[in-house]
Amino acid sequence: MNEITQVTGTGVPLFLDDIDTDRIIPARFLRCVSFDGLGEHAFEDDREQDPSHPFNNDAYRNGSILVSGRNFGCGSSREHAPQALMRWGIEAVVAESFAEIFFGNCTSLGVPAVCAKREDLATLSAAIESDPQLEVTVDIDALQVRYGDQAIPVTMPEGARGALVSGQWDFLSQLLENGDQIRETAGTLPYVSSFAG
Amino acid sequence: MSDTKNLFNKVWDLHTVGTLPSGQTQLFIGLHLIHEVTSPQAFAMLRERDLKVMYPERTFATVDHIVPTDNQARPFADNLAEQMMSAIEKNCREFGVTLFDLKDGRQGIVHTVGPEQGLTQPGMTIACGDSHTSTHGAFGSIAFGIGTSQVAYVLSTQTLAMNRPQVRRVGVNGELGPGVFAKDVILHIIRQLGVKGGIGYAYEFAGDVFDRMTMEERMTVCNMSIEGGARCGYINPDETTVEYIRGRPFAPQGEAFEKAREWWLSLASGPNAQFDDEVSYDAASIEPTVTWGINPGQSVGINEAIPTVASYPEEEQKGVQEALDFMELNEGQSMKGLKIDVAFIGSCTNGRISDLRQAAELAKGNRVAPGVKAIVVPGSQQVRRQAEEEGLAEIFTEAGFEWREAGCSMCLAMNPDKLKGREICASSSNRNFKGRQGSPTGRTLLMSPAMVTAAAIRGSVTDVREMLEPVGA
Repeated sequence: MNEITQVTGTGVPLFLDDIDTDRIIPARFLRCVSFDGLGEHAFEDDREQDPSHPFNNDAYRNGSILVSGRNFGCGSSREHAPQALMRWGIEAVVAESFAEIFFGNCTSLGVPAVCAKREDLATLSAAIESDPQLEVTVDIDALQVRYGDQAIPVTMPEGARGALVSGQWDFLSQLLENGDQIRETAGTLPYVSSFAG
Repeated sequence: MSDTKNLFNKVWDLHTVGTLPSGQTQLFIGLHLIHEVTSPQAFAMLRERDLKVMYPERTFATVDHIVPTDNQARPFADNLAEQMMSAIEKNCREFGVTLFDLKDGRQGIVHTVGPEQGLTQPGMTIACGDSHTSTHGAFGSIAFGIGTSQVAYVLSTQTLAMNRPQVRRVGVNGELGPGVFAKDVILHIIRQLGVKGGIGYAYEFAGDVFDRMTMEERMTVCNMSIEGGARCGYINPDETTVEYIRGRPFAPQGEAFEKAREWWLSLASGPNAQFDDEVSYDAASIEPTVTWGINPGQSVGINEAIPTVASYPEEEQKGVQEALDFMELNEGQSMKGLKIDVAFIGSCTNGRISDLRQAAELAKGNRVAPGVKAIVVPGSQQVRRQAEEEGLAEIFTEAGFEWREAGCSMCLAMNPDKLKGREICASSSNRNFKGRQGSPTGRTLLMSPAMVTAAAIRGSVTDVREMLEPVGA
C-alpha cells in the first residue's frame, strides 16, 4: 500500500469536544451493505440543526483536514464514521484526543489521526476560520502540522505512525503472514481444545 | 513477589501471537461475534481477496440492530433492513458460520446471547464489531469493539493488531443503598472519571460491591466501560462466574468443566497484582442516577440539581451549554418531575431477565401514565420466553407497556422503534447522544430499568425509592 507521510490541503474547523460517531453518521445511514454513498450524510443531523456548521459552509467544502477537540469519535465502533468523513473528502484529522476504536478505524483506512495541544488547536482553528484557503500540512513523518509560518508539534502512537509512513497500514497482509504462529498460539489455549488436554 | 500480573496482562500474554513490524501485538481472538450491521462489508473484503474464515467454529452470528420488534414477517417492511438480513444469512451460509437467526430460538442482542449460550467464558479474548462488546468482560475476559476492517481481519486470521493498554483498577466498596443498581454504579463511575477518562486504559472493576453482584449486574457495569472511554472493562472470575456458566449449551461439560473452572479462577488478579492506576469510590455515596446532557458522563444523583456551567473548567463550558440548550434544561434545575414522553426498557445494558424482573416488580398493579408510550424489549428470545413463563410479560401488558420481540430497538433506533420530534425518553440504554434514539432532535435520559419504570408510571422523572417497599418496616 502507499506510504502516507503527509497530507496537505485546506482545513475544516470543528473545534468541539466529544463529537460522537452518532453525530458523524447517524445510525439510520448504517442500513447498508456497502460504504458507498456515506459521504454525503456526514454530520447530516448536525448540519440540519445548525446552519453555521462547518460542513454546511462552502468555504470549507474542499477542506481535507478536520480540526476538532478532545475525545473525537467517541461512542460506537462503526467504521461508517471514518468512512463517511473520508468519502466527504477528509484525509486527516487533528484533534486533542481520539476515542480508541475510531482511531484504529482511521488507521485501517489510511487516514492519519494526530493529537495536538488544545492551545495549538485553538490557534490553528482560528487561522482556518480567518482564511479558509490557508494551506495546512499534516506531516506524520516529522510529527508536526504546518500552516503559514507556524509549525505545531503533534503526537501519534508509534505503531500506527510507523504503519502509515512505511505503507504497511494494510494490517491484513501482515496478519495473514503468520498463519503457523496463529495456529501455534491457538494450540496453547485450553479453551480452544475444549479443555480436553 | 509472586503473581503480580493482573488478569488483563495474563490473558493478553497468553493470546500474543507475536510482535508486528509496527511494534503492535498480533493478538489471537478466542471468540468472534458478528451481527448484520458491521459485517457485510467485511465479508465483501474476504471475497475480494479470496479468503476464508480461519476459525468458523470460533465465530458466531446473530441479528439484532435492524430487527423489527413488532412485525417480524419476511420480507421486512424496510427494504434496506431486509437486504442486510439476507446478506448475513448468505454470508454465514457460504462461510460456514453459525447464525442465530429469527427462527432459531437463540437470537437476540449479541451481548445478551454470548453469555446466555455459554460462549462467553473467562480468560478469552472476545471481539465484535460493536463497541458494547466490553459487556463480556464481566466474565474476566478481554472483550472489545472493533471496526469493520478489523472484523475482516478476525474473520480471516482470528487475530488483530493491537497496542497493549494500561490497566486502571476501579474500586467500589461498601453498601449500595436501596433503589441503587448496577446501572447507577457505572453511571457514577463515568461521571467521576469522565467520558474520556478511560482512553488508553482497560478498567478492572474490583471491590466488594462487584464481588456481591450477580453476573447480569456485572454485565451492566462492564457494558458501559466504553462510555467512559475504556475500550474494555472486566471483573475477575469467581464462583459466581463459574456457577453462571455451568450447564449452558456451549460451556464445557463434566470433567472438562472442572478443568476449565480451575483455569478460569487461576487467571484472576491476585492480592499482589499491580496496576498502572487505581481509583476508588464509596458505594454509599451513589444515588439513583440520571443523565441530563448529551453524553453519559453528564449525570446527577436524583436529588441533586444540574450543575452550573461555571462549575466546569472554562474549556468545557461551551460543550456543557450546548448540552443544556439541546436538552432544553437549565443549570440548577432538578431532574425530578421532568415530564417524559417515552419509556424504553431494553438494550445490551439492561435487557436481561433480572432487569425485566426488577421493572415488573414496580409495574405490577400500576399503570403507565396517560400520554406515555412505554415499551419493553427483551434482550433475547430466551429472555423473552423466560419472562413470559414467569408472568412478567403479562404484568407489563396489564400495566400498559408494549411487550416486544428481542432486539436492540430504541437504543439506537435502526429499526422502526424511534423517538419523534423533541420527545423525551427515559431509557435503560447506554447512550444519550444527540439523535441517538432515532429523532435528530429527540432527547434521552439514561437511568436504571427501575427508574425508567417509575418514570413511566408517574409520567415524569421520579426517585424510584419513593415507590419501593420501605426496608425493615
